[in-house]
Amino acid sequence: MSERKIRVLVAKPGLDGHDRGAKVIARALRDAGMEVIYTGLRQTPEMIAESALQEDVDVVGLSILSGAHMALMPRIFELLQSNGQDDVKVFVGGIIPDEDVPRLMEIGVAGVYGPGTLTERVIQDVRQSVLGAAENSAA
Amino acid sequence: MTLAAPIIEGNRLALARLLTQIENGIPDGQAALSELFPRTGRAHLIGVTGAPGTGKSTLVNQLARFYRREEDESTRKRVGIVAVDPSSPFTGGAILGDRVRMQDLAGDPGVFIRSMASRGSLGGLASATAGIVEALDAAGYDVILIETVGAGQAEVDIARLAHTTIVIEAPGLGDDIQAIKAGILEIADLLVVNKADRPGVDATERALRSSLQLGHPVERVFRHHRPAAAEPESETTRAERKIWSPPILRVTATEGIGIQALAESVQQHRQFLEETGGWQRRERVRLQSELDGMLQAALVARWHAQVQDQLYQQTLSKIVSREISPWQAVKALLNGGAV
Repeated sequence: MSERKIRVLVAKPGLDGHDRGAKVIARALRDAGMEVIYTGLRQTPEMIAESALQEDVDVVGLSILSGAHMALMPRIFELLQSNGQDDVKVFVGGIIPDEDVPRLMEIGVAGVYGPGTLTERVIQDVRQSVLGAAENSAA
Repeated sequence: MTLAAPIIEGNRLALARLLTQIENGIPDGQAALSELFPRTGRAHLIGVTGAPGTGKSTLVNQLARFYRREEDESTRKRVGIVAVDPSSPFTGGAILGDRVRMQDLAGDPGVFIRSMASRGSLGGLASATAGIVEALDAAGYDVILIETVGAGQAEVDIARLAHTTIVIEAPGLGDDIQAIKAGILEIADLLVVNKADRPGVDATERALRSSLQLGHPVERVFRHHRPAAAEPESETTRAERKIWSPPILRVTATEGIGIQALAESVQQHRQFLEETGGWQRRERVRLQSELDGMLQAALVARWHAQVQDQLYQQTLSKIVSREISPWQAVKALLNGGAV
């Protein structure tokens, strides 16, 4: 009856206070027709996992500029898994050194975006990751 | 196998998944909700509405904190929160930002917050909000706080859904003529003047108070698209029926000032409803409005399934070219025929 809406949680873990990037992405995803739950700054991994659970999101988008991604990301994955949300797609944007990208992809990050990424690309990747997965599971 | 059983056992992921199914109108979700329905009707449904930026989310956060502060665990209430924000009329997308003001509640397993987009509904709620509230009720949340979209003058659906409706005003939003208009102010069971630390709070409170005094207190019977719910009623209940007059409460939600008095007023209103039979009357209004909404949606869907889209489009074109009027078109379409 109703079309499937993609639900995305956009959050900023860690202590840096610059949320412009997160807001640009939230707005771009909104304009692409998605429902974006925006939780704002200074989220702990526990808060992010709890919000992802209660909101039953398809996607979690994280913005990290502080350099703490290698500490935060594994913890977030651990919590999502222990909550039974292994199927949630996680994207990271911000300042992520190239050498960390392979390790992040290894723990399950679906995409890493640095400064200058076109929002169209993020939208496309998010949509593909959710709808592609739904098509696969239906087949 | 629906999600009903794990939800009764307290599985939060199952609850979250059911809420998604209800929102998307999926048959599995409707089946689960039907199983859960006998367990509903226990929660106190508290609506919070007001213009954008008056402090709805902050107030909801503080009320939830207040309910969770009860030291005795056996009487401490479990709190469900449903927060609605608007969907874009063009893209259907939405930014749901109410959690930003509710961070104090993170990590408390006795609180469950769900954000919803209005998805085209105009009354301040989404069409699935009633179902979401029922699921939380069945899952054992004692108090359910329902935050509407930022409301203007006519978003009054919340009064049909909630037992107790809190309308928030803030200083500087309008004069005393705004305060005597019909609509959002008259649905208030409790009026809150938030941001009471700001200049202009006296004038706002005065305007609200004089508006209440101008009115002739009436018992709320909803005027809607059809006659109000007719219910059997004895002479004595009619004679005993008292009128509730909405208190005006000053609150500074960001500081938590006035929250205790507000929570006490909410409790008094609940007692009033229980003593006067108002609780049952509101239950009936709520369920009637839910039934009517679902009936309408189902009839329209059934009709659409029967009528070819081509015929519908042709008829629409004839209206656009002024060959026929919309009234003639409806008559013809309902008879299943071309114009």
